[in-house]
Amino acid sequence: MARASYPAYYTFWHILGEYALKLSAWLVLFFLILPILVIIPLSFNAEPFFSFTQGMLQLDPEAYSLRWYQGIVENDNWLLAIKNSFFIGIFATLIATTLGTLAAIGLSSDDMPFKRAIMALLLSPMIVPLIIIAAGMFFFYTKFSLAGSYLGLIIAHAALGVPFVIITVTATLSNFNRSLYYAGLSLGASPIRTFFDVVVPLIRPGVISGAMFAFVTSFDEVVVVLFLAGPGQRTIPRQMFSGLREQINPTILAVATLLILVSVLFLLALELLRRRSEKMRGLDDTTR
Amino acid sequence: MNTPGTFNDASDHYLQFKAVQKSYDQVTLVVKDFNLDVSQGEFLTLLGPSGSGKTTVLMMMAGFESVTSGDILLDKHPITRTAPYRRNIGMVFQNYALFPHMSIAENLAYPLKVRKKPKAEIESQVARFLALIELEAFGNRTPGQLSGGQRQRVALARALIFNPSLVLMDEPLGALDKKLREQMQLEILRLHKKLGFTVIYVTHDQTEALTMSDRIAVFNDGVVQQCASPDVLYEQPSNAFVADFIGENNFLPGVVEHVSDDIADIKVSTGEVIRATRVDCGDSGSDKVTVAIRPEKLFILPTDHEYDSAITVKLTDRLYVGDFLRYFFELPDGTEIVVKYLNDHAAPRIAVGDEVQLVFRARDSFAFSPM
Ligand SMILES: Nc1ncnc2c1ncn2[C@@H]1O[C@H](COP(=O)(O)OP(=O)(O)O)[C@@H](O)[C@H]1O
Ligand SMILES: [Mg+2]
Repeated sequence: MARASYPAYYTFWHILGEYALKLSAWLVLFFLILPILVIIPLSFNAEPFFSFTQGMLQLDPEAYSLRWYQGIVENDNWLLAIKNSFFIGIFATLIATTLGTLAAIGLSSDDMPFKRAIMALLLSPMIVPLIIIAAGMFFFYTKFSLAGSYLGLIIAHAALGVPFVIITVTATLSNFNRSLYYAGLSLGASPIRTFFDVVVPLIRPGVISGAMFAFVTSFDEVVVVLFLAGPGQRTIPRQMFSGLREQINPTILAVATLLILVSVLFLLALELLRRRSEKMRGLDDTTR
Repeated sequence: MNTPGTFNDASDHYLQFKAVQKSYDQVTLVVKDFNLDVSQGEFLTLLGPSGSGKTTVLMMMAGFESVTSGDILLDKHPITRTAPYRRNIGMVFQNYALFPHMSIAENLAYPLKVRKKPKAEIESQVARFLALIELEAFGNRTPGQLSGGQRQRVALARALIFNPSLVLMDEPLGALDKKLREQMQLEILRLHKKLGFTVIYVTHDQTEALTMSDRIAVFNDGVVQQCASPDVLYEQPSNAFVADFIGENNFLPGVVEHVSDDIADIKVSTGEVIRATRVDCGDSGSDKVTVAIRPEKLFILPTDHEYDSAITVKLTDRLYVGDFLRYFFELPDGTEIVVKYLNDHAAPRIAVGDEVQLVFRARDSFAFSPM
């Protein structure tokens, strides 16, 4: 029955190869997803353990609880970390999105000299090992008393987010029809007005997905935070890191579960955006 | 309104190009010496082969490219000192360039909105122009929901709605199929007649240029080769390029024997001496020239048509094209000559290999210096 779906020329070895391929694909998926999925039930553990208790395995309601979630809310360290993560993430995203969008527009112009060199430089935070960037930033920022301050962390995270914005906006701009900009000018709108009325609405999907990447980058960044943050600037990843070492209890699993939830929401939002921009692009094609 | 040729002499210097040059790389000149004088309300077409610099000239007018040297005057004022968005020049792009995120009505309203016109005026103007292009029911659609021809009409209306001093169109019909293109040509002419705007129209399609324009500027090699009404361009080309580019032409190489006023006696490769109108050829003996004669101005002897010269040729092929016939002849030196006849009783019956005499009038043949 199943054989019928194979091409007629398939030998035993072809079919074996096909099964091997499917098996390895499933294995990869399994090893990628399982460690993440297993966290979710464990975060509802009623006991302070990182493993499934007998009760949990028997699906005993008594073995599950929300105590670790409650632990987050009652712990000032965690609350501060959550607040810091959002505060730093949001401001870093605003800066990265503005600068990255402007940079992408400048770099997409034909007259821009040293395009490749500048592009490589701006994208380097994505490629250079984070630990090197963090160490460099530490020494540099200390000179300006930026180490141990919110401003320092925001600037550092903005620099890490810029490459994502540049990449997504550049991709959107490559679909942008330059004569639309000229059309705006010819109709009497100033370059700035044309930018906001014509360019921005059309590249918005790229800007927003770049912003999301920038935010996520800041949100789960720990290396730079370890170097630059003072005790007042602990973020969620930093708090989880110390939580692992100091107070071994499933609170960090509860936090991780919440983070997974946030990530899934972000992925869904990105997917919606992608569909919208695809629709928009289809529209743009017809105007070419 | 404007019969061809009206604008020839009595130009009011509305738009003037004075020795305009353009170089993109500071080394080669794309536009070498561009001079043109356009009247208000005129429909002028810039016709030239691809890559001849037509778009470059429009871009300089619109202000999207700088002028390397020379002046462009609009109503006696140099426009080169005005920012593109203050020039009040409407532009129709080949790819329409409609804003995809705005509805048709919003697209039309945009130039009025940036000019801060009152809301009521904007609404009535948009309604008027939607009616003008017969798309009243489409105001709320987006450009993506329209067909190519409809989009082109919206682009046209958007370039006209703010009453521009000048409208530039860069191959606006290039993306449409033949039938739609012919419809749109009439549509553009209708609007031009009704609203009386000044147009600089760019195309590489000579049929389009010949049917639409008051005057055509044939553009090649960075300079205007000739600027004249379609009939003058066709019947009195001023150099070999124009003679070749506009319509179909035969070219006979020869040398000048003798000139008198505007007639040149030219010895062709068969040894015969023919008489042709002298245009831009030299006047001393033995100057090399090329004589252009249109296929429909050549007749096969015997004929009732009057003539001044004859050349002896051999028939190599005959093509049946329905309503007319094409005869292909060859000179001893290999030069090919095409003759066009209406497919009626007068069409001569000759066989391949026959030697015949082709005759023509001096006023239908033009002696140019070779290209
Ligand atoms: N932005 C530009 N930079 C450099 N060269 C250009 C640019 N635009 C056009 N050219 C060159 O100028 C010449 C004329 O181009 P264009 O004005 O587009 O001709 P047309 O519109 O008649 O086809 C071409 O050789 C083209 O390669
Ligand atoms: Mg062009």
